[in-house]
Amino acid sequence: KTFCKCIQRRITGGEYLSLCQAAIKKKASDALPGSSWTPLLVSPNLPPARVDIVIIGGGVVGWSIAYWLKQKEMIREGARILVVEKDPMYSQSSTVLSAGGIRQQFSLPENIHLSLASVNFMRKINDYLGVMNEDPVDLQFNQSGYLFLASEQGAQIMEENYITQRNAGAHVSLLSPTQLKQKFPWINTDGVVLASYGLENEGWFDPWTLLNAFKRKAISMGVIPCHGEVTGLLRLCGFVPDGITVCVEQVQMLNSLEYQPVECSIVVNAAGAFSGKLTKMLGIGSGPKDSIAGIPLPVEPRKRYVYVVNCPDGPGLDTPFLIDYSGVYFRREGLGGNYIAGVSPEEAEEPDTNNLEVDHQFFEEKVWPVLAHRVPAFEKLKVTSAWAGFYDYNTFDQNGIIGVHPLINNMYLATGFSGHGLQHSPAVGRAVAELILDGNFKTLDLSSFSFGRILSQEPMLERNIV
Amino acid sequence: MSAPLTSLHRCCQRSALLLLVARRQWCSSSASPPPPPLPRHRRLLLFLTQRYYDIEMLVNWKSQLKRKWLEWKNIGPRSSWRSEVTSQYYVLRLRGGFRYAGQSEWFRADHRGRFRQDFLKHKGTPLEEVDMSHTDINFTGLRNLASQQSLRTLKLRGCPYVDDWFLSRLHVFEDCLEELDISHCPQITTGGLAALRNLKGLKRLDVSSLPRIEIAGLVVILLEEMLPQCQITATGYNLDLSQAGGEKEVEELSQRQR
Repeated sequence: KTFCKCIQRRITGGEYLSLCQAAIKKKASDALPGSSWTPLLVSPNLPPARVDIVIIGGGVVGWSIAYWLKQKEMIREGARILVVEKDPMYSQSSTVLSAGGIRQQFSLPENIHLSLASVNFMRKINDYLGVMNEDPVDLQFNQSGYLFLASEQGAQIMEENYITQRNAGAHVSLLSPTQLKQKFPWINTDGVVLASYGLENEGWFDPWTLLNAFKRKAISMGVIPCHGEVTGLLRLCGFVPDGITVCVEQVQMLNSLEYQPVECSIVVNAAGAFSGKLTKMLGIGSGPKDSIAGIPLPVEPRKRYVYVVNCPDGPGLDTPFLIDYSGVYFRREGLGGNYIAGVSPEEAEEPDTNNLEVDHQFFEEKVWPVLAHRVPAFEKLKVTSAWAGFYDYNTFDQNGIIGVHPLINNMYLATGFSGHGLQHSPAVGRAVAELILDGNFKTLDLSSFSFGRILSQEPMLERNIV
Repeated sequence: MSAPLTSLHRCCQRSALLLLVARRQWCSSSASPPPPPLPRHRRLLLFLTQRYYDIEMLVNWKSQLKRKWLEWKNIGPRSSWRSEVTSQYYVLRLRGGFRYAGQSEWFRADHRGRFRQDFLKHKGTPLEEVDMSHTDINFTGLRNLASQQSLRTLKLRGCPYVDDWFLSRLHVFEDCLEELDISHCPQITTGGLAALRNLKGLKRLDVSSLPRIEIAGLVVILLEEMLPQCQITATGYNLDLSQAGGEKEVEELSQRQR
């Protein structure tokens, strides 16, 4: 090789000799004992061959579960945990592409309790996720509250939800149109009959910081991260008569043909928008129609657009996360007159989920007219940027699925949150860790979110989704 | 001889300043100024912590105990016979001061933390002014004061544990609070100042010298827009536009000033 270089660059004989010498020295020092050179090249990034728990999905839910499992284990290195994430750049992950809001204004008490528990976690985040001698976690939480607007049809539901929320401990207040106009002079209260405003514990934060905080703390406690894709799940026969026990997996390394089978005793499916694909590998959903194996995991990716707009005369520091009764939402972003807006499309007009391309026509047709009607200052806005992200949409009832799969004995599901996975992630992580290590829920009873409701076809519908 | 030396000195100072400004421009928006170097014994402890599990465990225990002690202090009096005067006992125990409505006498603990029981004479009277400056009040402690629905003035100058969550809890005083002083609190950020939107009756607000607020000029203008009836004091900031980080915020500031 050095000879060819010599010919190409026309170097002198003396330089050629010194190049050869350097190459020989390097090879000799590599081959000496004590260096890491081996004749058989082993990829250093392969996951270990045997672990206790494999968490498939390195989003905020996956890392939250990993952190809580390590937090709850009784002895050091009590459980070997591996987190497998197929995309180290997080380019398609729902966590980092989310708008980052957290609210307690739900209609199901379980969701309200999940949000409250998560907000309490975030308030003391440095006590939980602080790593010694590292920077403290700064979530950049904006305490601006959520504002839901209701028309005549929705006012009754909003009042009932308000009572549920107060009973569950959320600090919410109801506003009439006059009070609304007084509080926020920039709103056009046309068509609004009632508004629900969060006073405390609501707002938005930086999801990337939360994800990294969980990841950093979990890795410092000994969780093994792995960048690879799970391309095969192996069934173990002979242990339980009805049911599959999943044990050995195939973790394919990125951009390479290498793969590693990982023996484990528990698998956690926290793959978000791609969880349905994972259960399909085991044949769930392709069994006979009337059996449990015939019911697929009803989680699929749904694309949602988020547009960043700039309006210099827009609402100021007290802008809440406003959600109109038509579904259009917006919130302030930073201090420079920027806002983030979007809407969930109709069922019939769901965009294609093969890519994350943004449809700007959608903004002009569906989002801007409603924004301009609700806030007259938004008639003169400019779209500066936009992105799209996936919801891990639960097609059954748009609420999370938490618990063991009835057929697969050792697969725990924590997916299908349909847009509120990020805000519930600390509490869901703790719940799944309790389920795995203690056998049942201890702090929050989330048994109503189990897969059983899909088998018995009893949906737990939320009356407000965004 | 001295003239070229002084000019060299000034040149170095200016270049150092330029470097500082240049570095600030490339910093992320939430970067704080670099912390001062640690004293020697702390550096030794840091070195040992990174190498020995036992020392890491002991240091963790120490910080956990400190947090538990802070929470214990802030929970307030537990006995039932003090239930009418919970707020007063809490304020005095944390070395703060208070004044009853309709009176001019202030009640405080002395420098050793002892206080006289003569405030019990006016048991049923609500508190009008509470001064918790330089105390360890935090979010948990605020619930001891939440029952005081006629509180007009709350001073929290230089409290190290008053953060954004504390400010969001202040909505319990939305009808009565008229004066709030949160200057020199090291943990308050812009997101927390947005929580003051609920205090529509506020007449005087002091947000001076909050170290974690960037672009203080813009934040003060936005606060003035949010609370139009309030007189806002914001001293201790360098409001020079050239030191602001990010061109968009500078444009916004100049636009709003117009």
